[in-house]
Amino acid sequence: MAPHAGGLTPAEIDPETGAAGPVGSVGPAGPAVRVRNLHRSFNRAGGVLNGLDLDIAPGEFVALIGRSGSGKSTLLRALAGLDRDVRGHGQIQVPDAVSVVFQDSRLLPWKRVLDNVVFGLRAADAKQRGRQALAEVGLAGKERAWPTELSGGQQQRAALARSLVHQPQLLLADEPFGALDALTRIKMHALLRRLCEVHRPAVLLVTHDVDEAIMLADRVILLDDGVVGTDLRTDLRTDLRTDVEGRPQADPAELEQRRTELRHVLLEALGATGEHLGSDFIAPGKRRAS
Amino acid sequence: MSIQSALTLGPARGRGRGDVPADAGPVETGAAERSDEDRRVVRRRLGPGRRLRGAFWIGPALLLAAWSLGSVTGLISPAILTAPWDVLAAGRTQWTEHDLLDDITASLRRSGLGLALGVAAGTVLAIASGLSRTGESLIDGPIQIKRSIPTLALIPLFIAWFGIGEEMKIVTIGLISMIPIYVNTHNALRSIDGKYAELAETLDVSRARFIRHVVLPGALPGFLLGLRFAVTSALLGLVVVEQYNATNGVGHMMALAENYGQTDVIVVGLVLYGVFGFLADTGVRLVERKVLGWRRTLEG
Repeated sequence: MAPHAGGLTPAEIDPETGAAGPVGSVGPAGPAVRVRNLHRSFNRAGGVLNGLDLDIAPGEFVALIGRSGSGKSTLLRALAGLDRDVRGHGQIQVPDAVSVVFQDSRLLPWKRVLDNVVFGLRAADAKQRGRQALAEVGLAGKERAWPTELSGGQQQRAALARSLVHQPQLLLADEPFGALDALTRIKMHALLRRLCEVHRPAVLLVTHDVDEAIMLADRVILLDDGVVGTDLRTDLRTDLRTDVEGRPQADPAELEQRRTELRHVLLEALGATGEHLGSDFIAPGKRRAS
Repeated sequence: MSIQSALTLGPARGRGRGDVPADAGPVETGAAERSDEDRRVVRRRLGPGRRLRGAFWIGPALLLAAWSLGSVTGLISPAILTAPWDVLAAGRTQWTEHDLLDDITASLRRSGLGLALGVAAGTVLAIASGLSRTGESLIDGPIQIKRSIPTLALIPLFIAWFGIGEEMKIVTIGLISMIPIYVNTHNALRSIDGKYAELAETLDVSRARFIRHVVLPGALPGFLLGLRFAVTSALLGLVVVEQYNATNGVGHMMALAENYGQTDVIVVGLVLYGVFGFLADTGVRLVERKVLGWRRTLEG
């Protein structure tokens, strides 16, 4: 299926340049991520990814949803280059600077927080940049703490700082908030959105949570049968919605209606029909599954 | 207050009480609602609890006390075990008349060199075999074979290979102490969570940095446990190798004493070994506590 098929409205943003605003030091033209005819399978019986095509523009925030076992993580791991041992073929193009955020923070327990953040960073001013990144995620003053002394949300923020300090052109996040409580999640959503607006990496966020996808992403894609099944522009960014004279325009009621609309379409595509399911379709237990 | 009745309190009330410091003033039975009384709920402790000061020394000190007591009361006859003060006297005689200091330094030098050799070899082999399948296929089998052959039985062979001088002694001690380092380091290394390797891969970390920042610190608990075994193995090897053509060393002193039937001198040697081993182990454990401060374990 071709990219962007099934959109509710025609894309208002040029897919080549992605969201408005500066896109950083990414190449002059072309997408940040280009995937063509990607096949991956774990056994001979059937493929997890069956000829998937996907483009992600520089600076574009894409959320990837799908049922359990639909290949979300397989795609993310393929983009991260972590699927050496998985059978398959296809073409993948990603930028040089790619960072990965996992569901668990993966902070090395024997390194203090700042040393974790700058781990693998080869720069003369590594420590300085690490401190800056920690301050950006609201962990200033925790530089000397051990990872075990941080709360789950703080650990995940440190992991975010570690990924940002490398100035990624592509940020891959595999259910980064899956193990966090609801309140911490909301704070993390705001933080991630803010960080992405500042640093403008292309983002691929894997999530189980339709609402999380709608809230964070510029574009939501749904994996089905190993290909992109549904591809929607959320068109919810208030800073991108302007009236005819170019003034910011954000009518709360209109936005809310758009959200409801998106949610309905996505839940239907996921096979969750029936209004009674409501927003609790993604049960808490399911959120925590990886 | 029983745990059960405490649990029936509302959460707010229970928490409020818990905040009161432990050394709150005397209990006023009448003022139940607003007093400084500390009524926290405390669970039975299952871990070892808070650290005791100088805990390392308590056991050995008690042992010494029991020995002294036994000797004073005549419960332990001198024929069975020399009294502590007689051992001290024998030690003093050895020190002034037979250059005990030279024996001690010679022994420490041998075991130190052998231990250094064993630790270095064991660590390098454990990393090579732990991180590469080729290394594993080449190294692990021979090490397991070596483990089942008593090193002491190899001494005649080593005498043929290295002569009867210092080399043979140091190599033997090195081989004995290498095994626990290898086994424990290898095991700890393989127990490192594969997720950390994956993380390092996504961060484009070089193999050298991966070893330095992930493998070595991750395997450190196992390495230090191996080191504790290795230290005692090194001393064990010392006793034996110093029986062969040595002109000094604590083992040599004991071998002579055996020939002359000087039980007290033998006990001097035993006490020295005990002290060496205990000090070395205490040292390793102090290092352990220092460098493994990040762990949240029962060690505390």
